[in-house]
Order: sequence, then structure tokens, then C-alpha cells
Amino acid sequence: MADGPVAEVLLRRLETADGGLDSAELATELGVEHQTVVGAVKSLQALGEIIETELRSSKRWELTAEGEEIAQEGSHEARVFRSIPPEGLPQSELMRLPSGKVGFSKAMSNKWIRVDKSAADGPRVFRVVDSVEDEVQRRLQLVRGGQAEKLGEKERSELRKRKLLTEVTLKTYWVSKGSAFSTSISKQETELSPEMISSGSWRDRPFKPYNFSAHGVLPDSGHLHPLLKVRSQFRQIFLEMGFTEMPTDNYIESSFWNFDALFQPQQHPARDQHDTFFLRDPAQAQQLPMDYVHRVKRTHSQGGYGSQGYKYNWKLDEARKNLLRTHTTAASARALYRLAQKKPFTPAKYFSIDRVFRNETLDATHLAEFHQIEGVVADHGLTLGHLMGVLREFFTKLGITQLRFKPAYNPYTEPSMEVFSYHQGLKKWVEVGNSGIFRPEMLLPMGLPENVSVIAWGLSLERPTMIKYGINNIRELVGHKVNLQMVYDSPLCRLDAERGPPSTQEAA
Amino acid sequence: MPTVSVKRDLLFRALGRTYTDEEFDELCFEFGLELDEITSEKEIISKEQGNEKAHGASDVVLYKIDVPANRYDLLCLEGLVRGLQVFKERIKTPMYKRVMPKGEVQKLIITEETAKIRPYAVAAVLRNIKFTKDRYDSFIELQEKLHQNICRKRALVAIGTHDLDTLSGPFTYTAKKPSDIKFKPLNKNKEYTACELMNIYKTDNQLKHYLHIIENKPLYPVIYDSNGVVLSMPPIINGNHSKITVNTKNVFIECTGTDFTKAKIVLDVIVTMFSEYCENQFTVEAAEVVFPNGKLHTFPELAYRKEMVRADLINKKVGIRETPENLAKLLTRMCLKSEVIGDGNQIEVEIPPTRADIIHACDIIEDAAIAYGYNNIQMTLPKTYTIANQFPLNKLTELLRQDIAAAGFTEALTFALCSQEDIADKLGMDISATKAIHISNPKTAEFQVARTTLLPGLLKTIAANRKMPLPLKLFEISDIVIKDSSRDVGARNYRHLCAVYYNKNPGFEIIHGLLDRIMQLLDVPPGEKKGGYAIKASEGSAFFPGRCAEIFARGQSIGKLGVLHPDVITKFELTMPCSCVEINIEPFL
Repeated sequence: MADGPVAEVLLRRLETADGGLDSAELATELGVEHQTVVGAVKSLQALGEIIETELRSSKRWELTAEGEEIAQEGSHEARVFRSIPPEGLPQSELMRLPSGKVGFSKAMSNKWIRVDKSAADGPRVFRVVDSVEDEVQRRLQLVRGGQAEKLGEKERSELRKRKLLTEVTLKTYWVSKGSAFSTSISKQETELSPEMISSGSWRDRPFKPYNFSAHGVLPDSGHLHPLLKVRSQFRQIFLEMGFTEMPTDNYIESSFWNFDALFQPQQHPARDQHDTFFLRDPAQAQQLPMDYVHRVKRTHSQGGYGSQGYKYNWKLDEARKNLLRTHTTAASARALYRLAQKKPFTPAKYFSIDRVFRNETLDATHLAEFHQIEGVVADHGLTLGHLMGVLREFFTKLGITQLRFKPAYNPYTEPSMEVFSYHQGLKKWVEVGNSGIFRPEMLLPMGLPENVSVIAWGLSLERPTMIKYGINNIRELVGHKVNLQMVYDSPLCRLDAERGPPSTQEAA
Repeated sequence: MPTVSVKRDLLFRALGRTYTDEEFDELCFEFGLELDEITSEKEIISKEQGNEKAHGASDVVLYKIDVPANRYDLLCLEGLVRGLQVFKERIKTPMYKRVMPKGEVQKLIITEETAKIRPYAVAAVLRNIKFTKDRYDSFIELQEKLHQNICRKRALVAIGTHDLDTLSGPFTYTAKKPSDIKFKPLNKNKEYTACELMNIYKTDNQLKHYLHIIENKPLYPVIYDSNGVVLSMPPIINGNHSKITVNTKNVFIECTGTDFTKAKIVLDVIVTMFSEYCENQFTVEAAEVVFPNGKLHTFPELAYRKEMVRADLINKKVGIRETPENLAKLLTRMCLKSEVIGDGNQIEVEIPPTRADIIHACDIIEDAAIAYGYNNIQMTLPKTYTIANQFPLNKLTELLRQDIAAAGFTEALTFALCSQEDIADKLGMDISATKAIHISNPKTAEFQVARTTLLPGLLKTIAANRKMPLPLKLFEISDIVIKDSSRDVGARNYRHLCAVYYNKNPGFEIIHGLLDRIMQLLDVPPGEKKGGYAIKASEGSAFFPGRCAEIFARGQSIGKLGVLHPDVITKFELTMPCSCVEINIEPFL
């Protein structure tokens, strides 16, 4: 619009004007709406320092619609006066005239007319004077001509009370030359076009400056889920460390693989209805490796392989009960059993990341299903020192270097150790994982050689993700109540490149 | 993990020194305990019931200590102190002795009626014990901790402790019809029949949890003395007559249960912990139990067992190089008295009755490692050489999700468990047609079944994000579960890919375009021949009539796509048209 005719005229006038000009005056002179001039001023302002403006407001009297009519046609009382012929007019007829009611009383009080109530056909109105001076019309015409100041304060307020005049505030611009004043602004371009490139006209054209503090337009794109981005990174870490992924695509497990194979006794609290989801349909696992099952049964109930056992009545029916796996260690047990059947024994490193299910009370950090990360190494002569060494490498890849280990108890590992790392934000040691060496009572019934040890560790996927993305309520991350905006906005998952406060590395 | 609450000052007095909170936390960590919370009775009440109720409550500092679930010997102040003092080599682990009384031995006779309900019982006597208020509280608290943990909320074992001087043996453990059992229960001043008691305790916040163990059984277990006084009706309540107090001198302890091994362990734990306060410290008076078959057993067993462990095995499993003598010393610090014998490489380890958790050499090895200090062990990397492999299904999933996000769809992560309604009613299907697995013990309807389709999860995700700008384009690649009798457990997972488009127009062409793109990514050409793919008009209860097609690829049906039925949209609390595609990706492996 800056190259519109009004803006051009404005600049030309301004060039010769003494000091500046008023937008309303310009509008009157050009015979255009004041708003058009304001638009031109605004578009010139947007170009930078071409013009300088000062907002001014002034008050002005304007006629109302009725005032306008009176200025044109005369006041109601004058119109009543004029409509009465010398022989008079019946009052009822007069009252039907458009100005009748208002004009009658006003003309009466001006003593321009009179009423004869004794006339034969009802009251009749007669002129009293021969001619009248319509003062109201005269005054309104003065206002219309822009000469409102010629009226006295009292006269104006009387007209305002009769709703014939109103006072309006007019906002106008006082426009003066800016530091970069020029009359040739029409040449400023907003964008480079293919035509300018081919014609080379871009060389001679000024371009409108960009506003670099404005935001860009985000690209239309799909997004990966933050938890699964972290899952990808964990997979990557395991693969970098030479671990093979175990199949875990079986949410339904038998109690046998989920508990019994792990030497977890049948009265263990985890096997309670309150902690585990059992199945109504299909309620029982129909096929179990019976030779192995017998070895497991013997180990639980009587001991063996150097163990005292738990000395209780082990029941096959309990082992057949189907459930939603409570840990991915059930899948690890299957993988180790398969490994044990391969002769001769070959060392193995396994990992898995998948869902597990707990019939737990839900809160801001606990859901009925979550993801478990698990790593397993099976080889001859593995030690607790090896377990700690592998954990150190693993956690270093997560950007966690300050570790310490606490003795712990797990039903299927012995020794067991909880892994703690120093949290810079919380200024304390927090548990980051659990680990241990699988019990011989678990491994030997599978058929693994006696001198083979299996070290293992596990952690949840949700916890590091919540810490990483600063999420306090797990429902915002997992499940259908997810905040999609959070998904859209989440950054890359770079576990070893923490932003923000000094990393644990520096503290060490 | 059980939490034991002890008074800090009492603990420090018993340990013979004070610690700062940090020092004590450090000691716990090293020993495998966790100082979970530092609080007071006042603070606990104020937190649970508000400041007003806490007014006047004790502000003595309490340490709440997490104890490993298999260490029943650390469930009370006495045990914690003994364990830590031995660990720090300030005392030697005591020898627990069972002795026969000078006079008549207490006898408990089990009748055969107990066989069907609670067949085992064991007993012992703590003679000339000296309680104080704190010791008495600890004695009661230990029983509670044992009940909650090893006793599995009294289902496996229930403990009764009695003032022996108010009773007269021999005792009879039998089972009777509830209407025939009548006695004055603990802290009541009137006699009730067992039937009445079961009714009264239905509203008792503590006892109501145990009623189910015997409820609806024809006979209830009960113990009488020779005068017909009821000692207890296990596992519910003791009699008031033999109630112990702080002034009780001689305590008769009975444990009844369905697990003989655990009953013996529980009895051993109680007597080893509290015989400390007997006139003859760590000495327990025997009691005899006559089983229905006439056999006589003497309890507590207080059995000591010897295990032989080779020093090099310990070194090899832990990854350290300690001398056999040092290893024996480390084990002795864990209450496992050990000495080097034989060829100088053998360590003879004595397992005391307090350490029922030691059932294998690996348990001994762990204790050696704890005493050595986990954090003193040299970290090394195993030399295990392996080649990594991805699970092919996950590998394909990872590749696909990257490219589907690149195609403009956003990944959702929804629950595998849901309600029957989600997978059936809301999709216009009958639940029996879904082949879904059913959960027997869901706490809420959200966990009735495992999903058989990913669609409901995505629609619920949209419903929760209706404020987001349109269109919404979501996808998920994850597992669904279907019953399958050919699998060992009778069910199997399938990896599905589902995508939805939600906007003011149905956008079938967009979902169709995504399918075309997916097939392009999977290198499956259009057309039915040569293992290509095609879609054919079909119908489905979830789809708008005439707007549904079945997808065939590599000669098999892999799923459907179409515009959702308005009823489905409404049932998922949505308002806009929506189209979707869902396929099984396993044929493309």
C-alpha cells in the first residue's frame, strides 16, 4: 500500500509542507475518508524512518441524523408553523403530521400559534404571527459548516440535550519528515522473485528489512514418541556393546517361566493376586517342557545343585497359571533355556526392552504397564567385578559416570546389587538399576554347565525418560492421555549429551 | 521390602555410639540396608491425619530402615543391632542354645482335625525374660513384621505369644466347629463364639484382612490349655486370658501354619531375637509338640548347619584375591562363623538358625562380597566376544516408524490393556468375536483384556487431545494379543501398524496414500500378482458402509482401511470424520 496514490500524495505534500501536515486536513483536501489517509500513514511507518508521526486527538461537534434533517428541512416547530394555512387547521389533523407533536408544543411555547377550542368541528389551530425566524435551523447550519465555535456554550448544550448535536473525538496524525525521508518509497520490495533474478532488477531495488526477532514457521512433520526415542537409544547402546536382542513379543506368560524357572517360590508375594494380572481365559499354559519342569520342581521342594531348596509342596497347577508377564526376565529365562540346549555351550550377551505388567496401585509415577530394559551376559567364570565393569560401561554411555553399588535382595540373583548414581540436581544418590548374578538353582536345572555364570541387570525405561524430559506425571508420557504438544516439542534423545547444569562427569 | 522403624537414640545406645544421619546412612548402604526416612511419631501422624491430631504425640526421632525381604533376623532393633555390631566386629555372634527345663517340659498336642485347615504347629518358651516398655513394643512389632512378610499375612504362619504363668499345660491344638468355640478374645471383656467374632472383626481395620483364611471352613483352629482356657484361635486372635504384658516373666510361643518350614523359621527368629533378654541370655526353653501320628518333635530347632566352601570359589565368583583366612574373617563378620580347615583352601562356614536365607554357597559368597565391600571390588570387563543381532521384528519396526514419522504422522504409545468395551462394544463388535485374552483379577475396567487392535488406543489419544490443531495424524506400531491354542500359553502377540487421520473431512485418500507409502517402503508393488498388494471393497462394523476395504498383500489379508462409522466416532467422544488403516506387519519379515 505504500505505493498507493494517497501515500505518494502525502509524501509529495510533506516535501513542500512547512513542518508537517495533519491527516484529517489532508483527507478533507483530497476529498477521501480520513481512514484512507491513516492507512497510508501506517504503511509508511512500517518502512522505517521515512516519516515521523505524532498522534493527536481533537474534539469536534457533529450533527446527529435528526440534527442533519433539521438543518435541511427546518425545525419541527417551524415546519408546524408553515403547515398552518391562514384559515387554521383542526388540531387533530395537525397532530398527524410528522413533526406534529414535538413542533406543536414548541411553537405554542414560542407563541407562534394558538388554539381555538370553541370551533364547531373541534379545536382548531391558527397562526399568531405572520412569519418566524427558525433559529434552531440556523444554528445547526452553522455547525454543519464547521463554525460550531460561533455558538455559545449554552446554545450548544441545549442542542445536545435535544439530541441534535454530538461531540466526537477525532484522532489524527501529525505527520512530519523522518530521518530517511524520501518521496520515492514505492520501489521497496518485500521478497526476491524469480522475475527479479532473471531480469537482474534486484540490483536496483531496495528491499524491506526482515524482522529477525520474529519466529519462523515450524515445518509440517510427524514426530516420534519421546519414550520410544529413548528406547531406540538404549537399543543402540546394547548393540554397540555387542548384545543380541531377545524375542519378547509374548505378553502372556505362564507362571512357570515368569516365576518358577527363576527359582521364585510359589508363596512369594509377587505371585499374589494383588501384584500380578492372572488370566481367566486362557487360564492355563497347556505345554511346558516337562523334563525341565521336574528339575525345577525338585529344586524348589527338595533342593539340589548344592541348594537346600525352599522345602515346600511345589504344585504344577500353580506353575501352569497364565499371567501377563511381570518382568522381561521371563523372556530371559526362555532365552537362557534355549542357550542351555545348544551343545557345546557358547557365550552369549542378550538384551531386551519391552512392556511388563503389574496389578499395582496407580499414581503419578506408577502405571499398570511399563517398559523394562534388561541386559544379560552368560559366560564361563564371570564375576561380580565383571558385572560392575559392564554396568560402568553401560551407564557411561547414558552419561552416568558416578556409580556405587549397594547389597540387595532379589529372589533370583545372588549376589545382588542395586546400582546408585549421584544426582546433581537432587544432590543425592538415586537408584538407577538393579543387578546380580543369576542363582545356580535357576541356571543348573536349565542344563547350563556348572562353571557358567550369568550376570544380569535391569532398569525401567520410563524413569530415565521422565528425568530426561522433565516429566513429573507418567500419564503425560505414556498412554492415551499423552500431551501431543509435548510429543511435537520434544528434542532429540542424546543420553550422553545432557544439557543444563554441570554433568556428573565434571563433578567427578 | 519390609521397613523397620526404630527409635534413633535407643539404636545408638544399643550400638554403643552415636552417628550423624549421613554416617548411619553410609553404614546402612554398606551393609545392604537403606535408611529410608528420618521422622517421628508426631511427624507421621501429622502427615497422615493433620497437625491437630499430632498434637501431643511423641517427637522422638525415628529411623525407618528398609531391610532385604529375606533377612528376617533384621526385622527388629535387637536383630539390627546384633547384625551391625558383629559386622563392625564389636561383638561376636551369639550361640543360641535350646535347653530342657528342670521341671516338666511344655507340651503341645496336635489333633488330627487340624489336618484340613492348618496342620502344623511349633512352640517354645522364653523363661525369665525381662521386658521394658521398649522391649515389649519391639517384641510385638517383630511379630507384626513377621506376619506381614514371611508369614504371608498370617496365611502361611500365625504367631501367638502368651503369659505362661496364667496357663497350665499340656496344650491342645485342635479344630472345632466355630459355634463350639467360645472365649474372651484379646482386649475384650466378654466371651464370644467364633461365629460372633468373625462378624465383629469384619469391621476391624487390622483383623478383617485375615478372616478369609478360615472363613467358610467347617472347622476353625483353636488352642486350649489343660483347663480348657483358649490361648488363641489362629490365625485371627489370641485369648485375653493369657495376654502378655510388660511384666510377663515367662512367655509361651506357638506358631501354627500351613508351611512347616516357615513355621520353624518364624519360631527360631522370635526366640533368637528375644532370648537376649532372658536370665540365661540366648537360651531358649524347649517345648514338645506331639503330631497326630504320635511322633514327638522338640522345638525350637535352632539348627546349626556346616557348609564347606572353597576359598578360590569365593574369589572367583566375586572377582577378588583374598586369603582363605581373610575370607573366613569376612564371613564371620556377617554372623557366619567361619574357619579355614583341611588343605588350607577350604572354609568351614557355620550357618546359624537366624540365617534361614542361606540356602546355597552363592548366599555365602554374597556375604563375603558384602563384608569385603561391593565398592572395593575391582571393576573389569568380561572377555566375552559376541556379535550383536537385532530381533528381526523389532528391526523392521524401528525402520518403519522412522519413515512413517517422516511421512507426517506422529507416534503414539498406548496401553496394551484396556476394557472390553474399547475393543468390542465401541467398535460395534461382540467381545466373543475378538478372540481377546481375559484378565481374571482386574482392579478396574481399564484392565479387563489385552487389546486386539491398536485403533481404540489411537482414538482415545485423539479424544484426549481434541484441543490440538487439526488435522491430527497419529500412528503406532506395537503388539496386540490374540488367543491361539497352538502356542504353549494359548495366546500370542501380533505386531500391528495402525494410523488414523482426524479432520473436518474423512481424508480416506490420505490414509490410502499412507498405505501406498508403507507398501513402497516395504518394497511391495501395487497389484495382486507377483506378491504385490491390493485393496478390495469390504465391510466392517467399525466402518461407514461402503467406505471400507480389506488389504491383501503377498497373497494374504493383512488388515483393513476405511472411514470410521459415525457411531464409533461418537462412542470415542470424537466429533470429526476419521479414517484409519491397521495392518499386521509380520508377513513382511
